[in-house]
Amino acid sequence: MTAPSKIVADPSQAAAAPLLEVENLHVDFISRAGRTPAVRDVSFGLAPGEVLCILGESGSGKSVTLRALMRLLPQGRSEIRGQVRFQGEDVLKMPRRALNMLRGARISMIFQEPMTALDPVFTIGDQIAETVIRHTGASREKAMARALELLELVRIPSAERRLKAYPHELSGGLRQRAMIAVSLSCYPQLLLADEPTTALDATVQIQILILLKQLQQDLGMGTIFVTHDLGVAAQIADKIAVMYAGRVVEYGSAEEVLLNPSHPYARGMLASTVSGQPRDRDIAAIPGSPPDMRNLPAGCAFAPRCAFATDLCHRSEPGLTQRGAFGHVSCHHVHRLDPPAPAGASVTTL
Amino acid sequence: MWLYIAKRVLYAIPIALGVSIICFSLVYLAPGDPIQSLIPPDASDEDIAAIRRLYGFDKPVVFQYFDWLARAVTGDLGTSLQSNRPVLNEVTRAFGNTLMIAVAAVIVAFVLATIFGTLAAFNLGKPVDKVATSISTLGVSIPNYWMGIVLVILFSVQWRLLPATGMGGDGSDGFSWFEWDQARYAILPMVTMAMIPLGVVTRSTRSAVADTLSQDYVQLLRAKGLGEGRVVLHALRNALPQMLAVMGLQLGYLIGGSILIETVFNWPGTGLVMSRAILTRDIPLLQGTILILALSFVAINLIVDLLQTLVDPRIKRS
Repeated sequence: MTAPSKIVADPSQAAAAPLLEVENLHVDFISRAGRTPAVRDVSFGLAPGEVLCILGESGSGKSVTLRALMRLLPQGRSEIRGQVRFQGEDVLKMPRRALNMLRGARISMIFQEPMTALDPVFTIGDQIAETVIRHTGASREKAMARALELLELVRIPSAERRLKAYPHELSGGLRQRAMIAVSLSCYPQLLLADEPTTALDATVQIQILILLKQLQQDLGMGTIFVTHDLGVAAQIADKIAVMYAGRVVEYGSAEEVLLNPSHPYARGMLASTVSGQPRDRDIAAIPGSPPDMRNLPAGCAFAPRCAFATDLCHRSEPGLTQRGAFGHVSCHHVHRLDPPAPAGASVTTL
Repeated sequence: MWLYIAKRVLYAIPIALGVSIICFSLVYLAPGDPIQSLIPPDASDEDIAAIRRLYGFDKPVVFQYFDWLARAVTGDLGTSLQSNRPVLNEVTRAFGNTLMIAVAAVIVAFVLATIFGTLAAFNLGKPVDKVATSISTLGVSIPNYWMGIVLVILFSVQWRLLPATGMGGDGSDGFSWFEWDQARYAILPMVTMAMIPLGVVTRSTRSAVADTLSQDYVQLLRAKGLGEGRVVLHALRNALPQMLAVMGLQLGYLIGGSILIETVFNWPGTGLVMSRAILTRDIPLLQGTILILALSFVAINLIVDLLQTLVDPRIKRS
């Protein structure tokens, strides 16, 4: 294990108090067979109104990180260590009651699957109103009026009728909009979005993304956006954290990470995107497959797939090397590597 | 909604007809001649033939069925061979008696099973779960006649708290759960009857609620900051269609009258009537009882189906 690293706050945001500070977050899953690490020594920070994208492939620990921030992992079968400070309060040490006051009111989550994340036997209106009633103590009528406002806010057509609809009566895109309405019901300061567009059709994905981006800006919400889609990250991120085998291997501003990635994994990932590549060339893929988390290699988890790996990489896990204003990279050879080849990804804004 | 109900009721009619055919013919498939139990051993052939004609046993079975059906739809189920009283009266009285304890047993079982099953599902693998699972296994596996006898030994013989058998002095007409004098007779048979549904429904509630708890939307409920009470509400609301289906079946079985329980407690319900009808070869009584029971089973299924469309919006109502 490496020594805990200190994250330097982004100077541009220095004036604003941090919204969220995550330090040395570890998550282990506990089963009869033993302990499996899922998140290892993850640190990052978020200022109010900022968007952080956590990038990584399935099983890299990005969703688990997100759930750990809200302590949504199954109790008894998981252990969370480290520090998660939200507006100065330590979420991990908070009593249950205080945690429930926080969840859904100041921190909200959007889930990946709008099909299964809404209760099938309650109406959309009820599911929104229930959160409003829980956190504001409003009457049912007032909460329903609020639910209607929210459905209009997320631009669901004929919102009044949809209020009384059940989830199965809506299309995937509308359902995801309804889910966003649920998560916005108390205007949270921090929005956690777990691959909110992955389960949707491509055209609907873009609509939802535009909606989220706009709501995020209008409401000034700090947002953590988990995705495996580089394009999505390029569209909305201020900061990017790339995760591999439970660790953040590269963390920095969106420009730095997307245009000038340092970690061999981040480079490989960027090289494997379709956009900007010549048509007649095969897409470069990272050889091998991610490691089994129950059986991690002794050194750097990426070493077995890495073209730059040396003996050192197989022997010891790299610490964090400061990069840019606030970011870091976890690679032994970060100084030795050539400047990266043009990755092809360009940062565009909506 | 009304259209849907009308449609479901129409669907029930062919089922009821099929049931009536089976009821009617079952009795003929059984060996033995019903007339034998009515006639003295030294009766002449003419007398036997006369009695046959009197009861319609001389016609072909198909005609007998239609005669019987035509009378049955007007409420005339014939006359009991043994008591010479109208079968309909006998059956409705017994049916009422069984219904009184069966419905009470089902309500008690449903309430307790919901509590046990939910507690178990929220604490899978923990001691609470193990206790609830043991109760449910015991409920299902203990023979209920044995349970009845044990209860009689304890509550009637040892502690002298409750009467061992029978029904209050006023019989079925004066029965009420709200008068102790009457209700005390019904408690032991009711408790005995509740054992099996308690076991079955606890088990299905546990699995239905546990299944619900593993769904994504329960995570969303927690992410919304809702308390455990609200989570229980959502979980039960989702498990309810499944629980209702199981409960409906159990009520159907109980109304069929538990011959064993009613015999142990000498409770004058359908089970007792049926066993008497079988032993005395009282065919009109047996047919009438089975018909009423089968029809009530069909009706219960219909009610459960309709209730399910009410509690589960995913079932189409068109």
